[in-house]
Amino acid sequence: MSGAGTASNQARSGSSAARQRWAPWEDPNEKPHVRIVGVTKRFGDFVAVDNVSLDIYKREFFSLLGPSGCGKTTLLRMLAGFETPSEGQILLEGEDMSGVPPYERPVNMMFQSYALFPHMSVEKNIAFGLKQDRVPKAEIDRRVAEVIEMVQLGQFAKRKPHQLSGGQKQRVALARSLVKKPKMLLLDEPLGALDKNLRTQTQFELMNIQEETGITFVIVTHDQEEAMTVSSRIAVMDHGRIVQVSTPGELYEAPLTRYVADFIGEVNILEGRGAQREGDHLVLQCPDAGCAIQTGPYAEDGGDESLWIALRPEKVRISKEPPADSSRNCMTGEVWDIGYLGNLSTYHVKLDSGKMITATQANMARLIERPITWEDRVYLTWAPDAAVVLRD
Amino acid sequence: MRQGLTWFNIASLLLGFLFLYLPIALLIIYSFNESRLVTVWAGFSTKWYAEMLQNQGLLNAGWVTLKVAFTSSCFATVLGTMAGLIMSRFGSFHGRTLFSGMIYAPLVMPEVITGLSLLLMFVAVALDRGFVTVTLAHITFSMCYVAVVVQSRLAGFDRSIEEAAMDLGCPPGRTFFQITLPIIAPAVVAGWLLSFTLSLDDLVIASFTTGPGATTLPMKIYSQVRLGVTPEINAVCTILVGLVATGVLTASLITRRQEMRREAEERQAIANS
Amino acid sequence: MSSSPPPAAPATAPQAAVESPEVARQGTQKLLKYLVIAVPYLWLLAFFLAPFLIVLKISLVEVRVAMPPYSELITFVEDGWIAFHGSLENYLWLWDDPLYINSYLSSLKIAATSTVLTLLVGYPIAYGMARAPRRWRFALLMLVILPFWTSFLIRVYAWIGILKKEGLLNLALTHLGLISEPLTILNTDIAVYIGIVYSYLPFMVLPLYANLEKMDLSLLEAAADLGCRPIKAFWVVTVPLSMTGIVAGCFLVFIPAVGEFVIPDLLGGSETLMIGKTLWTEFFNNRDWPVSSAVAVILLLVLIIPIVLFQRQQQRSAEAEA
Ligand SMILES: Nc1ncnc2c1ncn2[C@@H]1O[C@H](COP(=O)(O)OP(=O)(O)OP(=O)(O)O)[C@@H](O)[C@H]1O
Ligand SMILES: [Mg+2]
Repeated sequence: MSGAGTASNQARSGSSAARQRWAPWEDPNEKPHVRIVGVTKRFGDFVAVDNVSLDIYKREFFSLLGPSGCGKTTLLRMLAGFETPSEGQILLEGEDMSGVPPYERPVNMMFQSYALFPHMSVEKNIAFGLKQDRVPKAEIDRRVAEVIEMVQLGQFAKRKPHQLSGGQKQRVALARSLVKKPKMLLLDEPLGALDKNLRTQTQFELMNIQEETGITFVIVTHDQEEAMTVSSRIAVMDHGRIVQVSTPGELYEAPLTRYVADFIGEVNILEGRGAQREGDHLVLQCPDAGCAIQTGPYAEDGGDESLWIALRPEKVRISKEPPADSSRNCMTGEVWDIGYLGNLSTYHVKLDSGKMITATQANMARLIERPITWEDRVYLTWAPDAAVVLRD
Repeated sequence: MRQGLTWFNIASLLLGFLFLYLPIALLIIYSFNESRLVTVWAGFSTKWYAEMLQNQGLLNAGWVTLKVAFTSSCFATVLGTMAGLIMSRFGSFHGRTLFSGMIYAPLVMPEVITGLSLLLMFVAVALDRGFVTVTLAHITFSMCYVAVVVQSRLAGFDRSIEEAAMDLGCPPGRTFFQITLPIIAPAVVAGWLLSFTLSLDDLVIASFTTGPGATTLPMKIYSQVRLGVTPEINAVCTILVGLVATGVLTASLITRRQEMRREAEERQAIANS
Repeated sequence: MSSSPPPAAPATAPQAAVESPEVARQGTQKLLKYLVIAVPYLWLLAFFLAPFLIVLKISLVEVRVAMPPYSELITFVEDGWIAFHGSLENYLWLWDDPLYINSYLSSLKIAATSTVLTLLVGYPIAYGMARAPRRWRFALLMLVILPFWTSFLIRVYAWIGILKKEGLLNLALTHLGLISEPLTILNTDIAVYIGIVYSYLPFMVLPLYANLEKMDLSLLEAAADLGCRPIKAFWVVTVPLSMTGIVAGCFLVFIPAVGEFVIPDLLGGSETLMIGKTLWTEFFNNRDWPVSSAVAVILLLVLIIPIVLFQRQQQRSAEAEA
């Protein structure tokens, strides 16, 4: 694919280190590609999208993540022009999109159901968008051939959609929305209908295609693993609102709220009170845990109200020996249940307060030699950085 | 419970279909009867068909009926397709409730009322009764049937296909002709056929709205039937039944064949991947 | 969290100039949309609603020997005044003459009876079809639909030859020695019942079949597993589950049967009263247009209740499916 010549793109492709450094959203001089400004969408009394503001940058692979019914599709359909916002504005490259119908927006969408034209062959489906723009015949042929090559559909070009399998249909839908080289590609659960294996494989292909073409991708998904794999940034939605926008790593390591912490991966949540500042972090009293908890760096002061702390299971060390200092970041309890997952084991530990804590350990030794077993009394410890303070 | 048939099921199917088909079968058989008496079989003959072809009144009525049916079904298909599109794709607009009421009401309205009301209107606007008025009447009730058939087809297909076309730069009008119409074509054709047969079949509304010189075949048959059963009418009926049955069977077999091929191809595609 | 400052106002002069053809194009799209709505809308207003209002109007005036054979509802008198001549006389006439009331009641009775009969005949057929091997079902369905496409008049006519005194049914029964005297069936209410059941059978079978075919057969297995005999299972599981199909089929037969004209006219006797026939006679034989109009208005009022009920039921089952 051509058109990948700009400096930032070159900086981006190449080593993965370069890729990690690529963060236009941190650069105050960078102009956002799309700006969603205070957008609300109501259906009657029901608020489907609630005052959403979002900046998406050129060449981003941006995910909207959230449970079913939280308004992801609605937000995407407003970007495509199928729904008009009840309030707020959508700006594409600084231009207000309100009143621009879908057929005049330089944005293409890949539908959840693929929406292939059943009466046209694969080729005709892909060429459809170019024909609408009255692109010369020779160029249509060339560009269609190019994307067919890219999605590896060469031998299926003459087939009708019903003669294709699910994965092939998905590729046709992708090719059809790519061929017009839109400024932005919207994908509504593009992999939702594929089975697990094909999904993972296709995720990487999507990333490669996105990188090759340099098109901004906005993808909707409710599969958090998928979002973590493909995205440059993820927006987590809940009941029409955006709860957090971060890179995948940040989202996992530093969730802002209990909702996000719970939604992304597994987590133990503890309630702490009486926050005392010690340098860049806080120390909280936590009756549930039966100890004081030293948190990771946290700028605000806790005040008197209770705070929530997230602790990922894999960051908890489990041991039968007490640590040197058991007054801080150390809980004691009894092993209640053990789940064996092959590579990992999950321990459910019942603390003296009655609270259940989950800890996972890599299975270094063989199963029979497992040192910790049911009803053992154990000590749970963790590095201070692992305890993340949540906002609510 | 077994999926198969019990003797009770077989018996009810056999008796049911006997009940449905025996009267028509007898009618067809007796159209080839030599004797004028309907109940006495006097040997095979096609003389009533020959006689029918001599009956100028009958032939004229047949010609009028075909013209009315063809014209009205074409108009009804266009108007009905528009109406079906409006009901399933145009969202809400002023007077939508009245509109869908006017689409559904003629379907359940007794024919005597439809016929009477149209006639009174034609008289009120001093439109001479004849070919034009029958055709107008038939367009009006047929278009409602077409609208319902088209609407149910539109309701059954994924709206995002049309949205995809618009997303790729195709304005709504063109989307209708390039995407929607080819997909709903079977329903439109079915709607046309339905209009055609409804018009071919109609006695009551035609009796109210027609005038001199535009007697339709059902009216002709009706007036002769009132005088008694004749083999000649049996012959006319046989031809009509034969035409309709052939048409409907052919159409449905073709669509069935296409569907089966399509299903097989779908299975193939999934198996191959 | 991305917190974005409000955007700079984008409405600059050159952009406004760019926007105007776009606005014009959208105007055309809107115009097109209203045009598409207008054509069928106006057609139905002119050929469905307006005629009906005229019926209403004529039902209020009196008959006259002229063309058109009724008086004016509104006349213009001098000085721009208008005079209104309407009266409910025709309706009072319907109330006074027992013929009309009896026709209405008898129509309802005949329609209700034949609906029940159609259900009794149609249910076993639909049930048999739904339980038939899958590869037969299309053929069976076609066999039910095919008569629906063939002429109504012809199907009614076919029964005359069978039911009349020297007809095929009497011939067969005499030959079999079941009867010595030919039965009188044609020109009685029984012939009308047969005609209605025969003509409307597809309307009953199709919704029933659609409903029964969707039924989960494992429910019957579950019932049997819990100790329910097949006959009992039919009454306590199959019938209640097919209730929406039964109700839809009954409405589809009952509503058109009430206003039926051809069947009572050709198969019924002179004492068979049905309102469609009465209206026809009033119009074509007595040439009393105002009274025919009043009959039509009342018939519609009688039918509105079942029609509204049917509509409700359809809506409910559509919602239940969604
Ligand atoms: N046209 C509409 N009219 C009324 N309500 C609607 C409409 N479209 C969506 N909604 C409502 O808006 C809410 C958000 O819908 P949306 O389709 O955006 O959810 P989603 O996040 O995409 O969910 P999913 O993951 O299930 O696809 C839902 O509760 C839905 O019922
Ligand atoms: Mg969705």
